Amino acid sequence: MSARRYDAIVVGGGHNGLVAAGYLARAGRKTLVLERRPLVGGAAVTEEIFPGFKFSVFSYVVSLLRPEIIRDLDLPKHGLQILPLESTITPLENGDYLGSWADPDENRRELCRHSTRDADAMVLFGRLMHHMAMAVKPILGMVPPDPASLAPSDLRGLLKLGGHFRSLGAERFHALHKLMTMSSADYLDEWFEFGPLKATKSASGIIGTFLGPRSPGSAYVLLHHYMGELDGAFRAWGFQKGGTGAISGAIAGAACAFGAEIRTDAAVERVLVRNGKATGVALASGEEIQAGVVISGLDPRLTFTRLVEPGSLPPELVEGIRRYKFRGSSGKVNLALSGLPDFTCLPGLGPHLRGAVSISPSIEYLERAYDDAKYGEFSRNPYMDIVIPSMIDPGMAPPGKHVMSIFVQYAPYQLNGGWTDAKREAFGDAVVDTLARYAPNIKSLILHRQVLTPADIERITGLSEGNIFQGELALQQLFFLRPVPAWAKYRTPIRGYWQCGAGTHPGGGIMGASGRLAALEILRDSR
Amino acid sequence: MLKTTPFHPRTAPLVRAQTWRRWAGYQMASAYDPHPDREYAAIRNAAAILDASPLHKYLVAGQDASRLLDRMITRDMTKCSVGQVYYTPWCDAAGKVIDDGTVSRLDDSTYRLTSADSSLRWLQMNAVGMDVRIEDVSERVGALALQGPLSRAILSQASSADFTKLKYFRVIETTIRGIPVQISRTGYTGDLGYEIWVEAPQAVALWDALIEAGTPYGITPAGVWALDIARIEAGLIMMDVDYHSAHRALIEAQKSSPYEINLGWAVSTKKGPFNGRRALAAERTRGAAWGFVGLDVEWESFERLFRAHHLPPHLSNVAWRTSVPVYRAGERVGYATSGCWSPQLKKSLALAHLMAPHDKPGTAVEIEVTVEHQRYRADAHVRQLPFFDPERKKA
Repeated sequence: MSARRYDAIVVGGGHNGLVAAGYLARAGRKTLVLERRPLVGGAAVTEEIFPGFKFSVFSYVVSLLRPEIIRDLDLPKHGLQILPLESTITPLENGDYLGSWADPDENRRELCRHSTRDADAMVLFGRLMHHMAMAVKPILGMVPPDPASLAPSDLRGLLKLGGHFRSLGAERFHALHKLMTMSSADYLDEWFEFGPLKATKSASGIIGTFLGPRSPGSAYVLLHHYMGELDGAFRAWGFQKGGTGAISGAIAGAACAFGAEIRTDAAVERVLVRNGKATGVALASGEEIQAGVVISGLDPRLTFTRLVEPGSLPPELVEGIRRYKFRGSSGKVNLALSGLPDFTCLPGLGPHLRGAVSISPSIEYLERAYDDAKYGEFSRNPYMDIVIPSMIDPGMAPPGKHVMSIFVQYAPYQLNGGWTDAKREAFGDAVVDTLARYAPNIKSLILHRQVLTPADIERITGLSEGNIFQGELALQQLFFLRPVPAWAKYRTPIRGYWQCGAGTHPGGGIMGASGRLAALEILRDSR
Repeated sequence: MLKTTPFHPRTAPLVRAQTWRRWAGYQMASAYDPHPDREYAAIRNAAAILDASPLHKYLVAGQDASRLLDRMITRDMTKCSVGQVYYTPWCDAAGKVIDDGTVSRLDDSTYRLTSADSSLRWLQMNAVGMDVRIEDVSERVGALALQGPLSRAILSQASSADFTKLKYFRVIETTIRGIPVQISRTGYTGDLGYEIWVEAPQAVALWDALIEAGTPYGITPAGVWALDIARIEAGLIMMDVDYHSAHRALIEAQKSSPYEINLGWAVSTKKGPFNGRRALAAERTRGAAWGFVGLDVEWESFERLFRAHHLPPHLSNVAWRTSVPVYRAGERVGYATSGCWSPQLKKSLALAHLMAPHDKPGTAVEIEVTVEHQRYRADAHVRQLPFFDPERKKA
């Protein structure tokens, strides 16, 4: 077996690695994916943690999966089936709630209940964000041009980008500049007056970063939501049937159908390099496998300082990677439930249980949650994004029983005194206690509880410091700066050694764009 | 003004946005939610419950029942065993399709025929001199479709019958929570699914029993909008949309033979005399002038038309039912009659009539698309129907 030679080896069977393998195999390259765990998917995995209950253990919704990947790899044929996740409710501290519903009239009526002014503003806010998303979205499908470079391809890319921004017109260009620099709280203050609305919107700007809603730079991530809406017609936003692991399964299935091979329980120890060129990999078992190209789907820290000898790389690059910010700030609590939670604000069974529940009653609440993390503690009253996947796909739990997925922020990787079993349980208790304030019956329903801290995320998936995006989606780490300047085009200083994880442009979420762009660059290079 | 079905007391309060439509003179929900996304998802992911009561239904019984139906439909009635269901078209003497529907053989000499259009007169005309009783039970019998991957699990909860033994296009008589019903493994979605036939006075109790048994399995009431997307994915035709009844067509060009609407497989070449036999044999020899096929609209070319207007592509979440011209190399070669965005396949699909030989699978054609009040053409490819055909449908 070790005598076999591949055109390409992908290290890490996360969704980006699988996408890269799919594109390489589709182009006829003999491709092998090596995954350390017994199952592929990385942070997009479904596991039966408790008998009969299936959990999207880490990543839990699909938002920006690129339509071109769905088409190119024919993912529906291999099991992609995205189910609608239509609403969000934000329970309020006074016993009321703020709902966001799929129907525009229902949505407007609900907003009017709290602020007619905000309902009016929403129309224009939505249009502005639409235009900005239109301007920014092409970037998702583009290899980042280096603005400091005079190479024709870079200049071409910059010109294209400049054209996009110019077409915005002055007013929208100014708004874009604000969006790129302001805090989400300040940005939303310019538009809306109802606190819980601002808080719930700003929450999308803090996910996966070590920023609070009042931190400058947090507004930009608001755009991501609207970029998803541009693909709205494609209906690729929602909940994957069978959990996020089924997306990984679909991509893996497509890659295999194109001829790729996947080996699980195959941890790569290091990348073999001879004369400045990658020649293959050595597994933890000692086995060596040769390949013309090695692609790392791991995060930048592992890619540049674990898989290869950092001493063989330019010191500026190694320093850049050392300074690259991970700072995992989120945790996950997965619950197996004997029944459905009863929310005080909307008692009983209702459509709200088929959507998200956002614990984000005010900007102050979120900022206080951040304050705890800033000083090394997990949030006593955290921001939470809750979904009940079994309400959307009944196959996730036994009939009549349910699974609940709770994304929690903040849980700093660098906790005072470090994460221990006791701290993990205390964190889990804080989450359940917070939820119980809005859904008092929750504690009596819990059959099983899985609590995942950033330390657990790192231990299980390998993601450094448990950052779910392979590094923060902060402005200084995006586009031609991701992961570090001059090495943002999926290449590395080692010939034949490439990066394709979310630590490269355009970054995290189950987008697959990094894997696709890396594979296309590899194919372009070898032409 | 419109009639209501026996399930109306249960369905009406669920139609949140008052999105009603007509179906054969009945008031019917287009959707229960304001839009059909979730109802469609239930068909492919869990189970949807749909009111199919407006179908015309006839009991045909007696010594000559089989002979009557055999004379009428294009399939060979003598091969239909007790408990079997046929999907079939029936034609006029010129071999043009009058209607399509199902024939269920309920016992030795009793059959139920369903049709889109009222068929009593046509049945009676064909029954002259035969020993047969024809009864229009359209209002007496309610019909519910339970469609989706979990439909079998739900029925197994609600009934003691063994549904693993009920094969595709077979029917059984049983009870659901004590209510006498007939359950056929049929439907209009191309998925695993069943249709349940019940006496109208028991309809509400049946609905309640199914909702109760189905709630842990995500049972979801669904309307015609959701059904329409599913049936296009399944390549199933609809009268008055994809073809016109030979009894209603005003000109010859509006009529279609079974071969021209992808139902050639349902025309028996061996059976005895039946309506349209000679014309159909001749058409088979000379080859049909038209084919009925799927079109798969190429996304990039579709998106490009919108991008030229600085717009993201717009796709309705409801199927369209208007005639749209189809071209090949600049020549008009046919027309599409319905289409939709398929949430399952992530493709823009259409059903189309194309002149031979342009109906061969893989043929590159162009379909008219209107963007910002202007007409353009998007690239599309001819595909064999159905677009979507999961194993579970027949498994």
